This record gives sequence, C-alpha cells and structure tokens, in this order.
Amino acid sequence: MLKWFEKQVPKIVLAPSFIAILLFVYGFIVWTGWVSLTRSRLLPKYDIVGFIQYERLFDSPRWDTAMSNLFIFGVLFIVISMFLGLLIAILLDQKIRVEGVLRTIYLYPMALSLIVTGTAWKWILNPGLGIESVVQGWGFENFKFDWLINPDYAIYTVVIAGVWQASGFVMALFLAGLRSVDDEVIKAARVDGIPTTRIYSAIILPSMAPIFLSAFIVLAHLAIKSFDLVIALTGGGPGYATDLPATYMYALAFSRGDIGQAASSAMVMMMVVFAIVVPYLYSELRAKND
Amino acid sequence: MFMKTTLAATTAALTIMGTASFAGPQAEVLHYWTSGGEAKSVAVLQKEFADNGGTWTDMPVAGGGGDAAMTALRARVLSGNAPTAVQLKGPAIQEWYEEGVLADISSVAEANGWADVLPANIASHMKCEGTWCAAPVNVHRVDWIWASADILKANGIALPTTWDEFNAAADKLQAAGITPLAHGGQSWQDATVFEAVALGIGGADFYKKAFVELDDATLTSDTMVAVFDQMRKMRGYVDPNFSGRDWNLATAMVMNGEAAFQIMGDWAKGEFMAAGKVPGEDFLCISTPGDGFLYNVDSFAMFDVDGADKKAGQDLLAKLVVGKTFQKTFNLNKGSIPARTDVDLADFDSCAHLSASDMAASNDNGSLLPSYAHGMALRGAQSGAITDVVTAHFNSDMSSADAVAMLSKAIKNSM
Repeated sequence: MLKWFEKQVPKIVLAPSFIAILLFVYGFIVWTGWVSLTRSRLLPKYDIVGFIQYERLFDSPRWDTAMSNLFIFGVLFIVISMFLGLLIAILLDQKIRVEGVLRTIYLYPMALSLIVTGTAWKWILNPGLGIESVVQGWGFENFKFDWLINPDYAIYTVVIAGVWQASGFVMALFLAGLRSVDDEVIKAARVDGIPTTRIYSAIILPSMAPIFLSAFIVLAHLAIKSFDLVIALTGGGPGYATDLPATYMYALAFSRGDIGQAASSAMVMMMVVFAIVVPYLYSELRAKND
Repeated sequence: MFMKTTLAATTAALTIMGTASFAGPQAEVLHYWTSGGEAKSVAVLQKEFADNGGTWTDMPVAGGGGDAAMTALRARVLSGNAPTAVQLKGPAIQEWYEEGVLADISSVAEANGWADVLPANIASHMKCEGTWCAAPVNVHRVDWIWASADILKANGIALPTTWDEFNAAADKLQAAGITPLAHGGQSWQDATVFEAVALGIGGADFYKKAFVELDDATLTSDTMVAVFDQMRKMRGYVDPNFSGRDWNLATAMVMNGEAAFQIMGDWAKGEFMAAGKVPGEDFLCISTPGDGFLYNVDSFAMFDVDGADKKAGQDLLAKLVVGKTFQKTFNLNKGSIPARTDVDLADFDSCAHLSASDMAASNDNGSLLPSYAHGMALRGAQSGAITDVVTAHFNSDMSSADAVAMLSKAIKNSM
C-alpha cells in the first residue's frame, strides 16, 4: 500500500498543475480558436460563421504593418543580440581581471523591467531631449538622429532598446557554454599550436550548438510576444508605425470591442510561435531517441 | 441528520435576512474618473447620494482611458453580476443594450422631465429603442482652439474664423520662429484635429454623412480629399518633437508661450485653470473654424440588477445625476458644461458660456454633432478604423487621394 502510494506521489503532485495547464492554456487556446471563427464584438458569441475574421485580418493594412514589423524586429533583435552576446562572452572568457564585475554590468539590463528600458530609451532617443540635442549642443548643428519620430525608422529604435536589454542575458548563456567546453581538448589544441581564432571557430563554437538553439528559442519568443517595450518606447507610434501583433491584438480586444478580430490575430501569432517551436521540439526529441 | 437541519435553518435564516435587509438604496458604480479633478467631481455625487439615504459602493478602475474599466465590466457582466451603473458613452450604450443587460429607467426620466431639459441629440444617446437606459453627466465640446493671448498679441494675429485664416496665421508664426500648433502625436489626438478640420471644411451635413452614417460616396468625396490636404498642412505646423506627447504637455506649450494654438476638447481648459490662468486674458478660446458643435457626453448607463434596494439605488442615482445641483457642481469641477439646458451658468467662465450658447444654437440648426474621435458617433471597430487611416496619413507622406481610398477600404473591412 505504502509502496503503491510512493509510486503514485509524483503523479498526484503533478495532477493539479497538469489539469490547470490543460484547462487554462490548451482549453483557452481552443476557446480562442472558436471565438476567432465567430462574429464576436463586445462580448464573445459562439455561432460559427467561418473564416471571415481571418479575411478581415489579412485585409487590414495595420496588421500588415504589425507583421512586417515583427519580421524586422524579430530578425534584427535575435541576430544582433546573439552576435553581441557571443562577442562579449568570448571577450570575457579571456581570463581577464574583474570579470565578475563586468559580467554583472552586462547582465544588469535583464534585471530591469521592459517598461523602464522603454521609458529610458524614449528619453535618450527623443530628438529634443536626448542624443540629437546633446550632439547639436556640442556644436554639430546638422547632426540628426530622429529615428524615434520617423515612421520609417521607428521600429529600429525598438530593436536598439531590445538588444540593449537582452544581449547581456545571451552573454551569460554563452559564457556558461564556453566554460562547459572540455578544457583538455582546448589545451591539446593549444599544444598543437592552433591559433585561438581557429580554436573558437572549429572547436568551441560547434560544441555549443545546443546553447545557440536555446538562446534562439528564448529570444524568438521574447520577440513574438513583445508588447511592453513598444508600449513604453513608442506607444505603437508614430501613427501605428511600430505596431506589433501583440499590440494590435490588445487594441482590438480591449479598446475597440472587436473580440473576434483580436482572437483571429492571437491565433495567427500562435501559429508563428508554433512554426518556430515545433521544429525545435522535433530536433530535441529526435536527438534523445537516437 | 443534525447537519442537514442546521444547514436548512441557516439557509432559511440567510434568506430571511436577505429579504428583510432593505437597507435603503444601494448603488455600485463602476467608473474611471480617478485623476485629481475627476475624482473630486465624482465625490460630489457620492456625497449627494449618501445625503439622500443611499449607500454608494465605489468601483473606480483606472487606466487606459477606460479600457481597463471596460474589461472589468465585461468580466462582471459575463459572470452575471453587473454593477448598478457604469460610466459609458455614445454607441457603446446601445452596444451593451443589444447584449440585453441594460435596465429601463424611463419612469425616472419621465418623472423628472428629462426630455424637456436635454438637447434632443444628446437625449437620443441616452435611449435604447425608445426607453431611457442612461443618464448624461456633462457635455464636453471637442472642436475648440486654445490660443496663447501673448503670442497672438505680439504677432498681431486675430483669432482665426476660417481655415484659410488659420493657415495664414500659422505661416506667419512659423516665419517668426514660433510653433503654430501644439500637438501630441497620439492617434486619438490626430483624430481630434481631424474631426475638427472635417467639420470646418465639409460642414455639418458632410460630417454627419461621413462619420455618423459612414456614407461611402461622402467618405471618398473631393471634400474628404480637401480635409486630408488640410491635415497635411497641419502636420507642417507642429514641432518636430510631437511624437507620443501627452495632450496636457501640448496644453502646457500654449500656456508657456512655446506654441500659439492647440486644438483639443475643453478638458484642456482644466489645465489652464489649474495653472491659475484666466480665460480671455492669458489664454483665449474659440471654436475651430466652421459651423457646428462636436460633443463628447459622459454618461452613466444603468445595468439590470436584482433586488429592490439596488433598483431604488439606480433610480435615485439617475435622478441625482441629471439633477441641477450635481450638473452644476460636477461641471464646474470638470471644465465641461451641464447636459441639461436650464442650469444657471453664472458661476461658469466665459468659455463655458460660449460653449453653452453655441450648443443651444447648433441644437436649433441641426449642427449639434457627436464627436467620432471620442467614441460618440461610431462603434469602436469603425471609429478605430478611421483613426488608423488618419494617424497613418498624418505620420507619413501618404497622399490625400491614397488616404481617402484607404479610408473607404478600412470602413468596409471593419464591418
């Protein structure tokens, strides 16, 4: 009896959270999917009318902007954060003094709320208060840096703030990865007189492939669900030039009473996440089965 | 057995207590008047309600210009436990009525003769298929120009009465190195300027056809192109830093003599007053060029509630909200004017007097119109679609013709 109980303990302990996740995550995904097929406005309705909300969605220029912004922001944010993170990690890995202090400094932005990051960068990038006015104050009258208020470039300011926030975290991931590479191999390579750059490119980095994948997944989902950074930095503006799918969904659901449309945009966002996560899960599971 | 009896007894006792405890009128009020002046205004109502023997349960939900309050309302209605009264306005009232959750307060309205004291257009917002379902609190005028008296005097400029005069004045100011228009680049502020321009250039009938009836021919007309042309001019009159600026900071620019004009509803007056400025001396108010009056009316929608005490509370609240005392004190605090037309305005300032006389005049000639930018004319999906186009045009180099085409398409898509 006791033995049976001991065997069942893990299942019993996990059951509540399993049920909760089943209901509150997967249950509501199904619910959202259902609502996205209805003509719900202010309150959810349950009469299915087909894919009209998706047709409206793909017909909306604002959604187009949001999706292309997500693409620009996602690609640049992930690539630059990974590159900077790796660069800082490699530099820190050179057995330098005060590494602990530097590591903390680089990691620190991650401790800030995105709202704080967004607000601070809003002031830094504001042409009348920040960089532009300071540089002009030094006498460079023609200096211009007005990306924040330029609809064509505003999305890149979101990238700047996002990268500032996330690259320290990526650095920490990579640093841990660098440290976990077998020291003996590196020593052997050094004895053989292989130059450091080649040691990194041919030995250390390839053995860190799983870290790259984890960093990519973390950054990708940060990018897709980005909301607070945009709200704090640009408020989606100028106009709706920096709208992302998450801010679009919020506006439709909570400001405009268009729940059906918001649900369809949420479903599309989820499909984008799936498109990234499923191949990852697949490769992970396959690696374990081998 | 014992357990069962106790349970039954307790239930019975609770039921008796429930019915016997008619503790006077009860009202639970969901609103988003949480900032300084607004909170003070709503406290006036709370006190009056308590003086009449009622118990007020306050449910303020701050944030998002009412978005957070609407989310709370949705949750309450879906769980079958609606508040007694909710701060709602415009077509949103009818939208909730269609969900079948609003109460009928016609008996209060008829007993107090609301139909005789409210302007007909404003009264129509308070009715759901003929029965009264909401009580108006105030009338904000949206199409105002707030001007800096010093700047106009120093540059020898009179208050503009046509858009050509406005453009001429703005060009002159710009040449003198002064920002003509204080503006904040948030989409609702772009929409506020846009509707004032549309009313001025197109006139009342055009405005009504375009933003109340959503007539496609009007939306794609040459007049609409001209409206967007003027918007392009307006874009040139704002300073380069306008992006994302809050409306009260734009008001401060006029106050501090950094900009000449601001186009904003009369809540901007509250900012001037709070800073100790005097209308007519430090700052000037005039309606935007063109005939008409765009109103933004706050109101309380009454939700279906159970229980005699709650119903009594609802009726009392409705009566007090439209009562003369509350209409006067509340609007003195808030900067708007009373919705009922028979309140003595002796204590109000000159801008409020202008607003009240213009409201009466436009009520007579049919140019008293709902503000689309502030959710009075259209439902959220349609007004949002228009605002998207307006703000996209204002913040880019889109041509007026493209904007008009996009407008017509966006309206169709939002249906």
